[in-house]
Amino acid sequence: MTATRPLLELRDVHKSFDAVRALRGVSLELHAGEVHALAGENGAGKSTVVRIIGGEHRPDAGELLLDGEPTRLRGPREAQRHGIAVIHQEPTQFPDLTVAENVFMGRQPLRAGRRIDRSAMRARTAELFDALGVPIEPDRVTRGLSIADQQIIEIAKALAAEARIIVMDEPTAALSTVEAERLFRVARRLADGGAALLFISHRLEELAALCQRVTVLRDGALVTTAAMADVDRDTLVRSMVGRDVEQLFPGRDHEPGDAALVVEGLTRAGVFHDVSFTVRRGEVVGLAGLVGSGRSEVARAVFGVDERDAGTVTVAGRPLRGADPRVAIAAGLAMVPEDRREQGLVLDLSIERNATLPRLRAVSRWGVVRRARERAVAAEWAERLGLRFRRLADPVATLSGGNQQKVVLGKWLATEPVVLIVDEPTRGIDVGAKVEVHALLADLAARGIAVLMISSELSEVLGMADRVLVMHEGRLTAELDRAEATEETVMHAATGGRS
Amino acid sequence: MTSNRGTPNRTPGERDATQPQVRDQTEPSSRQRDPKAKIRGGGRELGIVIALVAVVGAATIARPSFLSAQGLHDLFLNASIIALLAVGQTLLVITRNIDLSVGSVMGLTAFLSGQLFLNDKDTPVILVVLAGIALGAVCGAINGALVAVAKVPALVVTLGTLYVFRGVDYAWASATDVQQVNAYQMSPEFLSLGSGSVLGVPNLTLIALAVLAVAAYGLHNYRAGRELYAIGSNPDAARLAGIPSGRRVFGAFVISGGLVGLGGVLHAAYFGTINASVGTGEELSVVAAVVVGGVAIFGGSGTVVGAALGALLLTTITSALPILGVPAFWQRAVDGAALLVAISLDRVVMLRLAARLREERGRRRAGGVP
Repeated sequence: MTATRPLLELRDVHKSFDAVRALRGVSLELHAGEVHALAGENGAGKSTVVRIIGGEHRPDAGELLLDGEPTRLRGPREAQRHGIAVIHQEPTQFPDLTVAENVFMGRQPLRAGRRIDRSAMRARTAELFDALGVPIEPDRVTRGLSIADQQIIEIAKALAAEARIIVMDEPTAALSTVEAERLFRVARRLADGGAALLFISHRLEELAALCQRVTVLRDGALVTTAAMADVDRDTLVRSMVGRDVEQLFPGRDHEPGDAALVVEGLTRAGVFHDVSFTVRRGEVVGLAGLVGSGRSEVARAVFGVDERDAGTVTVAGRPLRGADPRVAIAAGLAMVPEDRREQGLVLDLSIERNATLPRLRAVSRWGVVRRARERAVAAEWAERLGLRFRRLADPVATLSGGNQQKVVLGKWLATEPVVLIVDEPTRGIDVGAKVEVHALLADLAARGIAVLMISSELSEVLGMADRVLVMHEGRLTAELDRAEATEETVMHAATGGRS
Repeated sequence: MTSNRGTPNRTPGERDATQPQVRDQTEPSSRQRDPKAKIRGGGRELGIVIALVAVVGAATIARPSFLSAQGLHDLFLNASIIALLAVGQTLLVITRNIDLSVGSVMGLTAFLSGQLFLNDKDTPVILVVLAGIALGAVCGAINGALVAVAKVPALVVTLGTLYVFRGVDYAWASATDVQQVNAYQMSPEFLSLGSGSVLGVPNLTLIALAVLAVAAYGLHNYRAGRELYAIGSNPDAARLAGIPSGRRVFGAFVISGGLVGLGGVLHAAYFGTINASVGTGEELSVVAAVVVGGVAIFGGSGTVVGAALGALLLTTITSALPILGVPAFWQRAVDGAALLVAISLDRVVMLRLAARLREERGRRRAGGVP
């Protein structure tokens, strides 16, 4: 480790959002020439650290030092001026503008009269992509580019800004092995050139291969900072999770029943192709794959949100006609979507109203909602789900992420489904709530519901699923039973290897 | 603004790693050009020109004088003020905003011109013009502040100010007891600004063309111009890119307001008759021209040239209808129909583009997996 002054330092940083304490005393040093890993479970506070470094949030307490100077970043622009570049989890492109404009937005090369020098901009963009080893046409609009290419544009942006502190928030989540390797080469070269990198990834092997030091966060608090060489994988996982991984997942042993959901030859042109699988009653089937592999899209097509170009979906022996969520719900399908804020909940409505939305008819008489009946149904579900709330009439927005997720689950369970599809059921919720959601899913399966679970978290898939389906680039590449499914076999299939 | 104009020499190691790489077959290749995506902008202008030629052609067959020098003169003259307003409106629509108060602001500034001449018939023309622009810019600043600082949606703000500004206009008329200002009460220089021409080209058209040229050049060549597109294309990304979105949107409102103010003064100079209801309903024609001109109503794309051509097309249709034997009361319906056709076309093009991009990626994937 270098003895020089760190380029960037966080000292005892605290940050709260409403009642949620996102960070509780986090300290971190980034040195020139170093690739520093930031590890922790979803909800541990990594993204908040990223946002504070990027100038999007200001710490409530504690300070941020640049070159040893306490600095208050008043916005992303100021962070950029200090040479900080953040490569966000979801690439942030301007879809209507060209690749070159995206790379140089806000810092276009100028010629006489402060006019934009387009030919220089184009040439430099081409130069950057050459250096990155990726052929992307500078003059095309970014609409329609793959996530991997968009990620590369984000990196080109950081290079164009001559950033010396570069934060990469899960840049490899959507990349294939080849693309990830390419990214690592770029990252190492940046560090060798004197930049300080903060690297976030859920793939622990990546951290070990790329980073010199690691800082672990858990529930918003700093657990440890250590040299990468000094920690093995198990230590790392234990410090992230705070207990042994096995305890995280409920033990489950029972025989699955009849086929509840049968999907055959499902195809949506350009998105996924010829996907076939079966989920039986009482079974939890995991659907794994990298971001962009088509997992969520398959779920949406099964549920009828998106059109299907070919293939059939059969629920409890009855084929679904056409793509219509109402038909799917009537047949006994329920889906908890990936983004619960956008698709699953009406944040401003009360807990009880959210919980009964999909079956308003059951709590209504002559088309008028009966409040008492609505409340009774909601209270019953809140009880069964172990929901923590103040009043059922409070808006859902006041609940924590984990409890919001429970409301979404409760909302769909109220329809008494045969098949439950959950997409990223524990994204962004804390470890404690995660355990409860997992227990809930296991309990549902034990009662004979067929559960199809989509998750980016490998540990979750391996811990919960009786069988694991793996997708790569729109195709099913593996179907592994519990004994066969390991981190290696799943990742192998998820990155295009065939089993 | 930062002035880092140097080359990105931060990473000297980059250059030596430029040997061509063999790309994994399964990777989507992006080198292919995307012709349709590029054509879209220019394609719309071409489409409007074709529609224009069709309308003018049909009207000329029905009445040959439609295409005479005088006929063309009138066509451009009719389109000039609305085109001026459309240019300003485009700046806002590009950023995902809108200004519905343009008709009222136009009425207010036209009325201001009249009042200035009632006060002193020899008021210098330049002073009247500048006063109109300044009043328009103030109105724009009020709209802009409410949108950019108070974060109220532009649709709501400008719907409100549409009534407020018009109310001020009527209150002013009633307080000064001025029902109407007529041509004889204005200076001859001012009236000749509205009706005169240079080498057969109306003054108003020259002014509109000059504004159009400046706006088109600015939007294309200056950072602030590109940032307007960025804000409309993805507001969150714009914030992350460090673009001062609030300031840019505020600026767009002020500039647009100033152009509307100019439009009000020119209206007064051209028609020579002003009352408090000038410009009523003008906002709909302006928004229609912008949308017909191919400016995406949800921001991010479109050009001022397209918007100006949209204005020309709509006013030309209006002039052609009576010649083609269509009763005048159909004009509004035809404007609306043009709007619907334009929006439907946009939608169809977008869907086809999306489908094609999906297919393309599907083919790459199918080719990549053996």
